[in-house]
Amino acid sequence: MMNHLDAALLARGQFAFTMAVHILFPAFSIGIASFLAVLEGLWLLRGDDAYKSAFDYWKKIFAVVFGMGVVSGLVMSYQFGTNWSVFSDKAGPVIGPLMGYEVMSAFFLEAGFLGVMLFGEQKVGRALHFFATVMVAAGTLFSAFWILAVNSWMQTPAGFGINAQGQYIPLDWMAVIFNPSFPYRLVHMVLAAYLTTAFAVGGVGAFHLLSDNTNRVARLMFSMALWMAAIVAPLQILAGDAHGINTLEHQPAKIAAMEGDFTTKPHTPLILFGIPDMKAQTTHDKIEIPYLGALILTHSLNGSITGLKHWPRNEQPDSTVVFFSFRLMVALGFAMAGFGLWGLYLRWRGRLYDNVALRWAALALAPAGFIAVLAGWITTEVGRQPYTIYGLLRTDQSISPIAAPAVAASLLMFVVIYFSVFGAGVFYLLRLMNRTPGSDETDFEDHGPSRAAGITPVAGLASSHRVAPFA
Amino acid sequence: MTFDLPFVWAGLIAFAVLAYVILDGFDLGIGILFPFAGDEEKRDLMMNAVAPVWDGNETWLIFGGGGLFAVFPLAYAIIMPALYAPLMAMLLGLVLRGVAFEFRWRTRRGKFIWDAAFFAGSLVAALAQGLALGALVQGIPVVGRAYAGGWWNWLTPFSLLTAVALTVGYVLLGSTWVNMKTTGALQLWARSVARVAGVAMLALIVIVSLWTPFLNGTYFHRWLSFPAILYAAPVPLLVAFAGYRLMYSLGEELDYQPFLAALALFVLTYIGLGISFYPYIVPQSVTIWQAAAPTSSLQFLLYGAVALVPVILAYTAFSYWIFRGKLDPAGGYH
Repeated sequence: MMNHLDAALLARGQFAFTMAVHILFPAFSIGIASFLAVLEGLWLLRGDDAYKSAFDYWKKIFAVVFGMGVVSGLVMSYQFGTNWSVFSDKAGPVIGPLMGYEVMSAFFLEAGFLGVMLFGEQKVGRALHFFATVMVAAGTLFSAFWILAVNSWMQTPAGFGINAQGQYIPLDWMAVIFNPSFPYRLVHMVLAAYLTTAFAVGGVGAFHLLSDNTNRVARLMFSMALWMAAIVAPLQILAGDAHGINTLEHQPAKIAAMEGDFTTKPHTPLILFGIPDMKAQTTHDKIEIPYLGALILTHSLNGSITGLKHWPRNEQPDSTVVFFSFRLMVALGFAMAGFGLWGLYLRWRGRLYDNVALRWAALALAPAGFIAVLAGWITTEVGRQPYTIYGLLRTDQSISPIAAPAVAASLLMFVVIYFSVFGAGVFYLLRLMNRTPGSDETDFEDHGPSRAAGITPVAGLASSHRVAPFA
Repeated sequence: MTFDLPFVWAGLIAFAVLAYVILDGFDLGIGILFPFAGDEEKRDLMMNAVAPVWDGNETWLIFGGGGLFAVFPLAYAIIMPALYAPLMAMLLGLVLRGVAFEFRWRTRRGKFIWDAAFFAGSLVAALAQGLALGALVQGIPVVGRAYAGGWWNWLTPFSLLTAVALTVGYVLLGSTWVNMKTTGALQLWARSVARVAGVAMLALIVIVSLWTPFLNGTYFHRWLSFPAILYAAPVPLLVAFAGYRLMYSLGEELDYQPFLAALALFVLTYIGLGISFYPYIVPQSVTIWQAAAPTSSLQFLLYGAVALVPVILAYTAFSYWIFRGKLDPAGGYH
């Protein structure tokens, strides 16, 4: 029994680690893929080579990010079976087909057109190449649709029955896919991916503007990123609010843990900060704002949120984790929205490229999206514990009959290989981002022979090209 | 008219796994051959021979695994833990070689590291798949709805043999692919590798085929008793013919034929495996029908498969068509 518990803990650690690494890549590649499609589309439409320069610049970054996403995702698709076989047997009939649709509608689409997008520029016409870029972008979005349907079903299961073998079986596919939390989660995650990319692009643009404020391609990146920040960040706050209300309806224990509310109080205050204590079942050193918790979550001053003590201890999610991860995510969300509005104000005053502080802020916020995505993911996944399928199948009953040493050995290998491989990957990404946009400078120490016929350098950017409207 | 849905799906999953084996087979084989090609220019060319298509090739592995999860969840839940160590090794190998495609163009000083990772990852993945295959053929013990064997069951003399056999097979696919896609010294070298790999693979096919019937009574009965032998006999005869075409076309220095003959060898031995396995999906323990998900799951995903798989095949073929013919040594990386 002890061995089983150890294996369960190790398997959870392995899933959390491999998933935490994986989620960063799709969060980035969903955004870059759409960004690339927009850039190539604008280039074809307007003929301004600045768009093409930005496209070529981010295409290389996309290729590295996408490659890392593919290989880390492959691991996930087998890990369900290797480490969570009981869960797989029971949930396979419901979530398996959704993942099957993800493979058929998204992965093949991305893979089939990625080669054309990356390598086919000289071999196919402009229109066909643009089509390939759009298909890759569509593939990333289809993928998000299906995998979030899976995740949402595990959070708020619907449309199923249970057969004699104890398997969950689909009864109504529309109810399975469009389960109660799915629309909220999908919108929240796709907006998060777009924001993550916008801040990365904005940070890169700002970094290069800090050394050369006249670089047109860097200005283009910076400007487009700031439009996204100004529009998407406030939308994300609204989407997050709606998602929270949906969670209160379907997973009230998660909300209680996020808010650090152990006891049920009328006119629930908002705990700005405090230190939750699961053992003592209370939150210490609270700084509270009266009524605000009720106002945010029930949109009424008289509302109240059920405290964690309402649930037996073995059904409470760990408030000491989600209380902080949630606050981190929200703080970053507001920082991003504030930055977006600041940029909008400066643009209105015609000083978008004159303000050095804005550039430094953009650089500082470049990783904000990634951190917020991880914090949000931790909040939602730790918050639905102790279940894999909420309210139905407990995590400790989902595990494969595997021995702890086998899991420990593979976990160790994953940690070592992931840190070296993806560590190197991040280093190469940073080096790619260090290239001056619009120049034909290569991305490493010297010219590689294979690059001879690679890209066409963008000639004469400073010359008499039409000025891009965003720049 | 009603379909036997589990049977249809077993066929589809088998097709996906076969597609994976032959498609990723040639690019894994190229990874294994990679360090032995000579100079860096040749290595770059070999890499470019698969760079536009490897991602699509590997997607068939996700389709095979994901499909098993969706339509035969019980088989997925039994096979994955049973093959825990080889599968983990395979995944880590695929991680290493997958990132190498991009990373090696991103550094000059560190390029040798990613060349090494490309080779080692490809070799580990090939060996691990061969071990997993051998372990499957030997049969997987099941109690209730779970794997009931030990953590080292996958490691036997037979599985070591299949590991070598599959790896040699991938080398054959890889070398015939390079023979098809390149010219000059690299092609000459690939052709000489293919000759050795071809002979070795045919020998290994014979050894594995002679060994398999003696693993258990079912296989023996299926292959060597009368009248079953009449149905099974065409497979070894066709293998012999494909082997002859392979060696002949290599001798005649043809471009396409050796690869096609190597493909035929893979398809035929795969059909041979199918004859041995049927009707089990977890060999000797769980049949296709016992492992199948409920009809609604099989139906729902089949609608998608019927609509989407032909489209997938079409644009995959299109992508191969765009990158057809001999590689241009000056044609660069993106």
